[in-house]
Amino acid sequence: MDLEFTAQDLAFRAEARAFIAENYPKSLRGKQDEGDELSKEDFLSWHRILAQKGWIAPAWPVEYGGTGWTPTQRFIWSEETARADCIRIMPFGITMVGPVIYTFGTAQQKAHFLPRILSGEDWWCQGYSEPGAGSDLANLRTIAVQDGDDYIVNGQKTWTTMAQHADWGFFLVRTNKEAKAQEGISFLLIDMKSPGITVRPIITLGGEHEVNEVWLEDVRVPMTQRIYEENKGWTCAKFLLAHERTGIAAIAGSKRGVERIKEIARTEFDGDRSLYANPFFRRKVSELEVDLTALEYTELRSLAGEAAGKGPGAEASLLKIKGSEIQQRITELALEAVGHYGAPYFRGFGEGDNEHPIGPDHAHRVAPTYFNARKTTIYGGSNEIQRNIIAKMVLGL
Amino acid sequence: MDFSYTETQGMIRDTLARFLADTYDFDKRSKMIASDTGRDPGIWQALAQELGMLGAAFAEDHGGLGGGALENAIIMEELGKVIAIEPYLQTVVIGGGALKAVGGAQADAVIPEIIAGNVVIGFAYAEPQGRYDLANIRTTAKKDGAGYILNGHKGVVYAAPWATHLLITARTGGAGRERDGVSLFLVDAKTPGIVRRDYPTVDGFRASEIYFENAAIPGDALLGGEGAGIGLIEQIVDEATVGVCAEACGVTHKLHEGTLDYSKQRQQFGQPIGRFQVLQHRMVDMFMEVEQARSMTIMATIKLDLPATERMAAVSQCKAKVSRACNFVGQNAVQTHGGIGITQELAIGHYFKRATMIESQFGSADYHYDRIERLVD
Repeated sequence: MDLEFTAQDLAFRAEARAFIAENYPKSLRGKQDEGDELSKEDFLSWHRILAQKGWIAPAWPVEYGGTGWTPTQRFIWSEETARADCIRIMPFGITMVGPVIYTFGTAQQKAHFLPRILSGEDWWCQGYSEPGAGSDLANLRTIAVQDGDDYIVNGQKTWTTMAQHADWGFFLVRTNKEAKAQEGISFLLIDMKSPGITVRPIITLGGEHEVNEVWLEDVRVPMTQRIYEENKGWTCAKFLLAHERTGIAAIAGSKRGVERIKEIARTEFDGDRSLYANPFFRRKVSELEVDLTALEYTELRSLAGEAAGKGPGAEASLLKIKGSEIQQRITELALEAVGHYGAPYFRGFGEGDNEHPIGPDHAHRVAPTYFNARKTTIYGGSNEIQRNIIAKMVLGL
Repeated sequence: MDFSYTETQGMIRDTLARFLADTYDFDKRSKMIASDTGRDPGIWQALAQELGMLGAAFAEDHGGLGGGALENAIIMEELGKVIAIEPYLQTVVIGGGALKAVGGAQADAVIPEIIAGNVVIGFAYAEPQGRYDLANIRTTAKKDGAGYILNGHKGVVYAAPWATHLLITARTGGAGRERDGVSLFLVDAKTPGIVRRDYPTVDGFRASEIYFENAAIPGDALLGGEGAGIGLIEQIVDEATVGVCAEACGVTHKLHEGTLDYSKQRQQFGQPIGRFQVLQHRMVDMFMEVEQARSMTIMATIKLDLPATERMAAVSQCKAKVSRACNFVGQNAVQTHGGIGITQELAIGHYFKRATMIESQFGSADYHYDRIERLVD
């Protein structure tokens, strides 16, 4: 057993840190510091820099454009990007559909889509959930009927993150109504500019426009855009759910979050002392740190298992449950720390909005962030579903 | 022992509930909040004129119905059930409470105007450095002839953009967190030298940062003794704390009820999600929190008249419990709803936002546990 980073790992850490320091866009840093809403271009600017460097898809096999890093190096990379507060790379292309395409796609599909995902030319969204198919995803009703060499797709998807920017979407659709729930589903890639697609915003509690409803009305999709076999889409979906273990626990971001809470608590007053000197508040921060360390070493064990060639198991569920709970506790503690100044609603969005927000800088959007973080225990398979998975797959109940 | 309402109290509750059901449905509330001023002043007028509701907690001598803390609690709970943004807490519970406590010419002059719906009060007590400590005040009121000159900054003053009057805590003496030297003033909101920066709050109200820039106020703006106001301020804040706890009873009741309804309708895996035991137990836990919040609110309401130490202990016990209930019930209502719970489209998310703000209003659970311990030791 060796839990120390190797000399190569440490050298890699230094290289990653230097690269970020030299190449992270200054304008983007400014916008993040101001709490401005980030545009598609903002997200793509960092994406393109990493694509240029060849570091955009660390988890991909080298033959498709991956970095060839060890799981530990990938972990270091995610730590360094979080430490420098880099914006996240949108997961829908790089983390989600990319691996499905290189694992299940045809040579043509790989040749066409993978380079465009890497370069950022195509922005992807995920068409999974439906109004009647949330936790019970296999209950989906969107239907694809064959017509010559095409499918005609009809239905409604929801919670489609960033669909307003998307060029392409990967969709789960029903191709066989007679089959049992999971067995009649296919995995389709759909051009979001196709006639018959309507994207409608859903505004969430903090006032954000992140998610959308997507309506599909007689949308024509070439059969060449189906991944894997017809009616075998659930295989792709399951692969995707269990595939990416790095990142699911959001440890690097949470570490940064804990540091930010400490910064806030050191500047907030609590009588004659700082809030950080309040033993009750301090204890909550310590509890968070302990839980985060426990999660980190659980993830490292899981990564080591992956490096040793063990297939992903139900530990992804453990990482998701504990990771999301910690993310929520961080936002909760931040809200507690800012006291009265959680209440002002700072929109801070929109061009030309130069008015300085209310209260101390660190209080901006703390409440909306808390509201928004409630999603983490709901999306990607709610924590109730994740517990069911562990009960069944790990405990055999 | 009798926990039931009198006939009059029952009537107040029923009348108000009927009125609010009509005037405060979800769409109307959303439109009101999105409007320029963020409210519909006609509702306040109707509460005063048509329903006589603003007089429920005032003495008959002032034109009220002769009620008090219990009437305030009944009204706050009903307002909580529709997440109303009416400035009842600030105007009647806090402003009216201060005036009732000091009595005299000031009470005679202003209370009838409150009852008539002509007055809206904003309570300017919090300061950026002060957290929940009521004596942590830097705003100064310097004696100037017969009056005072105000200077300083008050933060997050709910309802201030709508206010005709501001109730202000300021130092006429002392410094830092000293209890001596704190005074309470009721002033005309339009006084020159009072500068506001207005904004919406995350829970649908409007509030202001208020800056006093050599604002000259008359001597009779002082409520109670000069420099000896902290006891009065603690009393009205305790009354306000019970007020938001009563509101929380309404808010958490609706969160729980809405979640229960949703769990019976929402189908997943071929059955209503309310059939799943893990969700059943969660909704039972929510139910128990709602019930205990109610018990504590009744307890504290009854004890508001006791001597300061007993009153403060009761109020802090109540708020600590209610803050935790708001947190638990709000979070689990959203979780049980799933994605739809975090959108602006369903009322449940808006109840969650108000519940979240109540958690820390007039002190978080930690603050109140700490106050309990300080009182006991």
